[in-house]
Amino acid sequence: MSATDAFIELDGVSLHYGARDGTQALARVDLGVRAGEFAAVVGPSGCGKSSLMKLVSGLRPPTSGSIRVAGAAVTGPLKCVGMAFQNPTLLPWRNTLSNTMLPLEIVQPHRARLRRHRKDYVKLAQKLLASVGLSGFERKQPWMLSGGMQQRASLCRALIHDPALLMLDEPFAALDAFTREELWGVLQDLWLARKFTCVFVTHDLREAAYLSDVIYVMSARPGRIVATHRIDLPRPRSLEMTFRPEFVEIVHHIRNEIAQARSEGKPELVA
Amino acid sequence: MSARRLREAVMPWLVIGGLLLLWQVVVQIFHVRPFILPAPTVVWTTFLEYRQPIMDNALFTLVNTLSGFAIGIVVGVLLGIVIGSSRLAYAGLYPLLVGINSVPKAAIVPILVLWMGIGPAPAIATAFLLSFFPIAVNVATGLATVEPELEDVLRSLGATRFDILRKVGLPRTMPFFFASLKVAVTLAFVGAVISETIASNDGIGYLMMQSASQFRVPLMFAGLMVIAAMGIATYVIFALIERRVTGWATRRNDTHFGGG
Repeated sequence: MSATDAFIELDGVSLHYGARDGTQALARVDLGVRAGEFAAVVGPSGCGKSSLMKLVSGLRPPTSGSIRVAGAAVTGPLKCVGMAFQNPTLLPWRNTLSNTMLPLEIVQPHRARLRRHRKDYVKLAQKLLASVGLSGFERKQPWMLSGGMQQRASLCRALIHDPALLMLDEPFAALDAFTREELWGVLQDLWLARKFTCVFVTHDLREAAYLSDVIYVMSARPGRIVATHRIDLPRPRSLEMTFRPEFVEIVHHIRNEIAQARSEGKPELVA
Repeated sequence: MSARRLREAVMPWLVIGGLLLLWQVVVQIFHVRPFILPAPTVVWTTFLEYRQPIMDNALFTLVNTLSGFAIGIVVGVLLGIVIGSSRLAYAGLYPLLVGINSVPKAAIVPILVLWMGIGPAPAIATAFLLSFFPIAVNVATGLATVEPELEDVLRSLGATRFDILRKVGLPRTMPFFFASLKVAVTLAFVGAVISETIASNDGIGYLMMQSASQFRVPLMFAGLMVIAAMGIATYVIFALIERRVTGWATRRNDTHFGGG
């Protein structure tokens, strides 16, 4: 991949926590994500997936190496990234609509326009909520929603300001299997409609293969990229597809790679 | 109102009434003399007899208490914001605050009198000194416990520290803040009355010292009752405001939707 068509570009990125002899979370990670691409990062737990997210969004500086997003070096928090986590982190004192609209109160130019064009923005938020199946729940407080519905609202909050980059850190990990699969479909539809660049951290390989254009497999700590898989299955993908042999083959293959990465990581833990 | 809510509303009155009744019965059965423990009926007649001076002094105490309390809110909230938003400020200021709060306030009153003279000033200052600490600690706790993920969401939108404070930190802190107000306002009464007993010519504290020196125990108890009533009243006012402002924190779980 040439430097020009990469939207996110990590070049030899390492990260140590604490002092120089502290835990090494990432070791010389090279990674590129094209604009509009859906990239998943998978790996054994504690391999630095979440650290990678913090680095790309500029919330934490790398110990060494360079990170570029949209052609510019990342030196501080990026200004308009959408983010969602395993915990929906909705604000309990705001209703669903107002939670969704939170980024509009912060990101320019919406911030300056919000008061005068409130009606248009409310319509925008209602439309987005409707697209994830939350019509009629705009005025409900977060605690009145189920876990899956809260996560839908959290996705809407991450997308309301139309970010070029969406960062998702195990967003569906705490949901039951059926709800999770339902939300894969919701996320795929949103992505197909809006074509944002997406970095998706997960440890669920079916999830990664269903959603992604490309999967990066990381090793145990310190995290390195040990394999890259392009998933060229046609879109939109159906849940049915996840049970076909070619899909199962991909998942199985990645699973073995991670098992290997885990066993290679183990001696380090003993030492 | 449902039967359960009605019972909840009546309960505090029943408890207070029952306690007064018990008190009355004990005093009458054991013939306790009024200068040891006056019966509630005696306290009540004394209150009616002296209601003008009692209410004048109570008003004086109330004004001192609320003045000190108001200053306590302003200083407590500002200190809490500083301590809660900066680890450095937390490390630097917290031990000092704990130290200040550990000093018995009764011991400070003479110093305050030396600086401010006798009258409302030391009472207001003592009320302030007792009330700002719980407010500062609670506001700081609320701010320091904002979920890091939520902070990440906002920072990656380009939010400033002030944005995060305004949109997340302060609203989140409201339940902590109101909880501390209910504690602080009762402490403010304690502060004002302590100061008045030592250095004042007005106020319930002064009234009680005077009546104690003359063994007019029923009058002392009448003063005590008025203080207690004012304490409960201010507590109830803040509890009502709290319920309006932070209803989200004490939600009822009876409205819940299922489904994915």
